[in-house]
This record gives sequence, C-alpha cells and structure tokens, in this order.
Amino acid sequence: MLAACGGPYPQSTLAPRSDFGVAIDRLFTGIFWWALVVFVVVEGLLLFSVLRFRRREGAPAPKQHHGHTALEIAWTLAPALILVFIAVPTVRTIFSTDKGLPGALRVEVVGHQWWWEYRYPDLGIVTANELHLPVDRPVAVDITSADVIHSWWTPALGGKRDATPNHHTYLAFRPDSIGMYMGQCVEFCGASHANMRLRTFVESDSAFQAWVAAQRGTPAPPATGSVEEAGRQAFQRYGCIGCHTVAGFSSGIIGPNLTHIGGRTTIAAGMMMNTEDHLRRWIENPPAMKPGAMMPSMHVSATDLPALIAYLQSLK
Amino acid sequence: MSEATGLKSWLTTTDHKRIGLLYFWTAFAFLLIGGLEALVIRAQLARPDSQLVSADTYNQLFTMHGTTMVFLALMPIGAAFFNYIVPLQIGARDVAFPRLNAFSYWVFLLGGLFMNASWFLPGHPAPDGGWFGYANLTARQFSPGPNIDFWLLGLQILGIASLAAGFNFIVTILNLRAPGMKMMRLPVFSWMTLVTSFLIITAFPVITVALVYLMFDRVFGTHFYLPAAGGSPLLWQHLFWLFGHPEVYILILPAMGVISEVLPTFSRKPLFGYTVVVYSGVLIGFMGWGVWSHHMFAVGLGPIADSVFALTTMLIAIPTGVKIFNWLATLWGGQLRLTTAMCFALGFIALFTVGGLSGISHASPPADLQQTDTYYVVAHIHYVLFGGTIMGLFAGMYYWWPKMTGRLLSEPLGLVHFWLTFIGMNLTFFPMHFIGLLGMPRRIYTYSADLGLSQMNMLSTVGAFLIGVSMLVFVYNMWRTRRHGAVAGPNPWGGATLEWATPSPPPAHNFDVIPTVTSRLPLWDTKTPSPTPAPGPVHVPAGSWWPLVAAVGLPVMALAPLTHSVWFAFVGAGILLYGIYRWAYEPFEV
Repeated sequence: MLAACGGPYPQSTLAPRSDFGVAIDRLFTGIFWWALVVFVVVEGLLLFSVLRFRRREGAPAPKQHHGHTALEIAWTLAPALILVFIAVPTVRTIFSTDKGLPGALRVEVVGHQWWWEYRYPDLGIVTANELHLPVDRPVAVDITSADVIHSWWTPALGGKRDATPNHHTYLAFRPDSIGMYMGQCVEFCGASHANMRLRTFVESDSAFQAWVAAQRGTPAPPATGSVEEAGRQAFQRYGCIGCHTVAGFSSGIIGPNLTHIGGRTTIAAGMMMNTEDHLRRWIENPPAMKPGAMMPSMHVSATDLPALIAYLQSLK
Repeated sequence: MSEATGLKSWLTTTDHKRIGLLYFWTAFAFLLIGGLEALVIRAQLARPDSQLVSADTYNQLFTMHGTTMVFLALMPIGAAFFNYIVPLQIGARDVAFPRLNAFSYWVFLLGGLFMNASWFLPGHPAPDGGWFGYANLTARQFSPGPNIDFWLLGLQILGIASLAAGFNFIVTILNLRAPGMKMMRLPVFSWMTLVTSFLIITAFPVITVALVYLMFDRVFGTHFYLPAAGGSPLLWQHLFWLFGHPEVYILILPAMGVISEVLPTFSRKPLFGYTVVVYSGVLIGFMGWGVWSHHMFAVGLGPIADSVFALTTMLIAIPTGVKIFNWLATLWGGQLRLTTAMCFALGFIALFTVGGLSGISHASPPADLQQTDTYYVVAHIHYVLFGGTIMGLFAGMYYWWPKMTGRLLSEPLGLVHFWLTFIGMNLTFFPMHFIGLLGMPRRIYTYSADLGLSQMNMLSTVGAFLIGVSMLVFVYNMWRTRRHGAVAGPNPWGGATLEWATPSPPPAHNFDVIPTVTSRLPLWDTKTPSPTPAPGPVHVPAGSWWPLVAAVGLPVMALAPLTHSVWFAFVGAGILLYGIYRWAYEPFEV
C-alpha cells in the first residue's frame, strides 16, 4: 500500500532499491501495523467514552472508581508484549544490516560544505556529487567529513549515516535495480545545507565498467587554437587551478574534482542541471546561486566566459 | 488589607501568584513570537524554490523557533502554573523561597530578552546553529559572528533561572504541604511539578557544562569540540542529548499533570489509578535519563549501543501507555462535561498518542535511519510538544484562568479556539509524516519541485495559518474577560483540590486558615471539616528590589564574552554580588 507512492517521489523511503532498504522497509511496515492497532484501540476508546459518557441532566453522581489492580497489570503487560514483537526484529535487523558483504566495492564519501567528494580507492577514481554503482554488487561505503558534520542519504538505497570529521562511519548495501536515485545531506551543516544534494546512478555492470574506464582516463589537451584551449588558459589565468583538480593539468583540492565535469548531469552538488546557461550563471556569481558558497565570483570577462564553459563541457 | 497595584509593586513582588502571572504573560508573549517565526518558516516552505527569506534568515528562524518554544514559551508557561497553582494546591501561603522565586523570573525575562536582542542589532545576528547547536558547526571557524554567542550565553542565563526555580519547587512541595497532605494525597499536578523540578536540577547542569565548553572553545580557543585539534564534536551530542532527553520530559510531564486534574474534574470521578499514574510519572523521570543516544542512531555508535538504546526507548513507552489507559479509565463511566478545558485535555490524549506511536517507529534504529532528520521527526515532535504539551497547557489555561483572574473565559469562543487549533494542528503536522517518509529533510530553507512534495507542503502551511487564526481567537477571549467574563466564584468547575477552596483570585495570603487535609480529594470529601474562622489578619512580607538587582548582573556579565571586554564581567559580577548581599541582609520588615 505504502510502496505505491514511490513513482513520483524520487526521494521516497518507501520504494527501497537495495537489500538494506528492503530490510528497513519490512521492519517499518511491521511497526506501522502494530502502531495502527494501538491507535485504533486508544482513539476508539476515547471516542466511545466521549459519546457514551456525556453528562445528562439530573443523573446521579457516577460511581467513584479509584483503580483496579488487575486492569493495571493487564495494560502494563499488553504494550510490553507488543514491544517484544517490535524489539526482536529491530535488534535482528540492526545486526544483519551492520555486516558488510564480501567482495564489496569500496567507496569513500567525504562531506564538504556544501558538496560530496567520492573516492573509489580500489579503482583510483575521485569524483564529486554523482556516485556510480554497479547493480547487484555489494557496496561498502566509508563516510567522513572534511569540515562540519553532514549526513549522507540516498533513501532508495537505505538509511543515512552521519559524516563526522575525524570519525569514519559505514554503510553496507547491495543495489538491486538500475536507475537514478536522488538524495541529499540530512544533518544541518550551515548556510547551504538545503543545497547539498546528490545523485546515485545504479548501472548495469557493462555501463559501470565503461564509466570506470572513462573516469580513469585523463582528458586529452584541447587542440591548439581551439576555443577549448582558450578556455583552459582562462581556467589557469583566473586561478581555478588553485582549488580544482583536472587530472593532468591542475591539482587543487579545495573544491570538487573537475576532471570529468562535462560528463556529470548536474553542477553545484545536484542543485542545477549541467547546462551552458547554469554554468555561466554559476561562474559569474556562485554565492548568488548557492548561499555561503566558498567559491567567490572570479570576475571572468565576457570574452573568456564562453571559452571557459566550452572547456568545462569538453571534460567528459 | 489593601493591595498595591503600581509598577513598583510588580517589580518588587515576591507573591507566588503575581510571579506566576508575570511568568504567564512573558511566556505567552514568547509563545506568540515563536509562533510568528513558525509562520514565516511555513510561508517560505509553502512553495518550492521560494525566495521569501534568505537561507541565513531561514536558519535563524528555525533556530529561534525551536529555542524560543522550548526555553521561553513551554517551560515558563509550565513554570507559571507551578507558581500560581502549586502553593494553592498544597495549602501553602507561598513558595519556600519567595525572593529566589522573583529572582528566577527576572533572570528568565532578561535571558529571553538578551537572546532576542540579537534580532535588532545591525545585520540581525540571531542564533543560527539550530536549537540543538551541533558542534563543530558552532566553532568560531564555521560561525564567526556573534550569533552562536547570543545563543549559548542566553541559554546559560536561562539555565540559572530554571535551576533556581527547580530547587524552590522541590523544597516547597516537600516542606510546605498543609497538615494531613501526605505525599500520596498530593494532587497529580503538584506531583508532576516535583518530578519535573528534579529533572531540571539534574539535567540543566549537564547543558551548563556543555555550554561552558562551547564558550571556552569560542572565546578562549580551547578544543573540546574541535576535531582538528583532537577534540570531539560527538562529545557535544552526548552532553546535549543527555540534557535534551530529560528536557523532553520536563516539557511533557507538567502537561500530563494538568490533564490529570482536568479529566477527573469534568468526569466527576477521581483519577483512575492515582498511585500508578504518579509512579509512572516518577518512572518516566528516571528512565528519561537512559535513552539519549536514540537521538544519535545515524551517528554510527555501533550495533550494541544502538540495540541497548532502542530497548530502553521502547521500555519508556510502557509507563507512558499506562498513563494513557488510566486517563481513559477515568473517563469510563463518568459524567463528562465537554468544557473547553476538557476538550483540550481530550485533545491531548488523542494527539499525544499519535506522537507516541510515531516515536516507537524511530525507537527502532534501522527504521530511524530513514526517518531521522526528516519531516517525519518534525511531525513526531510536534504531535508530542504541540499535541501533548501545548494542548495540555491550553487545558490548564482554561481550567485555571478563573482562579487566576476571577473571571471565566467565554466557552463558545473557547470551543472555536479548540476546534481551530485541533484542525489546524492536524492539517499542519499530519502531512509532515508523509513529507518526511517521501524524502524531505528538515532544516532546509528550500526544496526542489522535483521531490513531488509541493502540494503537501502547501497544505501544511494552510494548517499553520489556521493555528495562527485560532490564537487570535484565544487572545480576544482573554482580552474580553477583562470586562465581560462571568464572575467565577471560588470553585466554578466543582474541582476537588485545595486551589478551589479559596476565593478567585485568592487573597495575598491564599487561605484565611490553612486547611487540614484528610483525603486525596478534599473538596469532594464531605467528611472534611469546614475550616474554623480566621484568627485575624495574616501578615504577608513586603516585596524586595534585590532579586531584580541581582538578576540584572547576569546579562551584564554575559556581555563580556560577547564583546570580548572583560570589564563587563567585573561590573556584572559586582551588581550580582551586591544584589545578593543586600538580599541576604534585608530585614524581614520593610
């Protein structure tokens, strides 16, 4: 019944697409039905009492009951019994979802104000904000933060974990369906907490391998005299290289890695689609689009801006 | 004896009833301010990608909405009833330490003004780190402005007010009960005041320590919460929630006490299972200390800790459920009069139950990993703190208003207020269960239309404004009683407890003769002998300026870490110590 809401709600927790998500959903569904039973009993008794025991004019004073020991014991034990039916599957699920699966793909997540850094330590890939995972293969996620506390959450793939500086937390799951799943930061982390979004692409094994191969490649330098080459010079001249890595060209580590920015679907941590117009507005004045953004306006001239955008779009 | 009514009489008062009224009106004003903040929040979220307020302003609004409602509205409205009603219920002439009581109020008022003054400074640097103020976002590096300083210093000041009041009410209830009022004859509201006071004096030192560390980090460059220097931001979370969860019970137990008075009166039956209700309240007070990490399931404390805190959290549902069943049994077979006070008390049961049940779903850590920090939890806390605490406090307002003012609130207007509140509350908060389960995080100033949650958010906003309208009706109703309310008389509802044995409003000395108590329901118990006539006028001590003077020292001291000028600390401490010195040596007869 609840799962039917999944379609038009891309961040729904009720349409799980991983073993972890399914385990949580099953647990929550059980609790939901128990809660509904208690709800009906309590509200039913309340409503019945209000309708049945209204004062009537001239009626004698009601019988003065002070209590009833057997009743007290009964309504202490009844909720306790229901809680056993909730507690046992709870503890079982805590332990069953805590263990990583063998052969898992390792992913490291680092939260930054206000974007996500993703590293695949076994594949030598560093990217940002858009995570790619193969379907049906276990994933082990290691989560930490570079500044304040964030929380990493893709509802379709299961629960969230906080990203805490100097701490490492873990999530383990196996995505079971191909698709694009939206998520976002869920621990208040400052001005643009609302704009710290993310996308996770679960792909067929072959599509994932193709993506890995592309990510591990270094983008070829633009042809001499091309507009992209002018853009690359602007990337250097305006100091973009100080904060951003483009493999084979720059090695800044303050902002997101831009080696393959042209291949991402969104910019600014899932805030906007990766279009020419959005790139232009973003480069012109990042804090105007994303409050508190660390990247200042670089005052790129009107002639350099199209070249810079063309260069970024060429980084596939 | 004629009573002074001028400004001086209020500034120097030590009468628990006047202090109760001061608490009430101050806290009610803050309730309206916190409500207005909520309305701006809901206006911003009515549509996706809204530009009504900026991200920074929104973050200040939700921070101050939470902080205001918890510390400046709900706790002090509870304190207003502790002040006004408890000495009457236990048959005392005043609280144990009347001047300390005045000091509590002035410190509360000044702390609230101190924190809210930040709105009016250039650049309005109001607190913006959330009511939970998670480290290390509150570090100077990430929050360089004075915003967090206003918050932490304001909370420190307010904590002093709460602690002083807590000690005062414990001593009052233990020592000043009328002859014959054994502990198990104490009205349940006074019992819950006692439990709440113990929670206050044990929980507030924890937040005090946490805030001292934070102040040291920000002002003196220590590293309690700074990971770069080996400190731990998780230390803050443990300390904050070790305070914060008992704080939840500090907010709900007084409301439970109120409805434990209102339900029997309007059912014309004694509270069912008095002993069990009292012990459940005490048990909740103890168990509230063992559940704090359920606010931290997403932190990754490991499966053992998660399991233990899940089980303790589920256990606390049992005494809570027992209370609900006892209230239902109180109604059973009674003769229910559906006055406004009764409707709010019934509303408490209906809505608090919903909040309790959603609470069970995030007592389960795996389920909570999908729910925490989403609107599902916003729905939960508002069913508990609005559906529970505020409904309970409204019940108390309608119930005790005639005692406090001598006049009855209009019942037809009261019922309009009740139904608008009840409908508006559900319209606001019920959709939030779905908004959260469908993936909307809390504390976000904007959201994308892609989430598919725009209509539900609009619905929630409509509900919030309906609550706003209901408050206007209530304010009008209170205003109206200045001239038009029916005169109440000593016991308009036929209540059974001692506050109804004295005129409305009571004289300064409360009772001409301190009653002797022979049962739990003295006014329903016809065997109670009628009090002998007054033995002559009762002396009531004059007021004092010194609690107010001493209280002024605290916000002056707080200016020191705020402005980094140590002289404020010396001046403030000087004022405080001078006030205490004069207070200590004040002659009893002025």
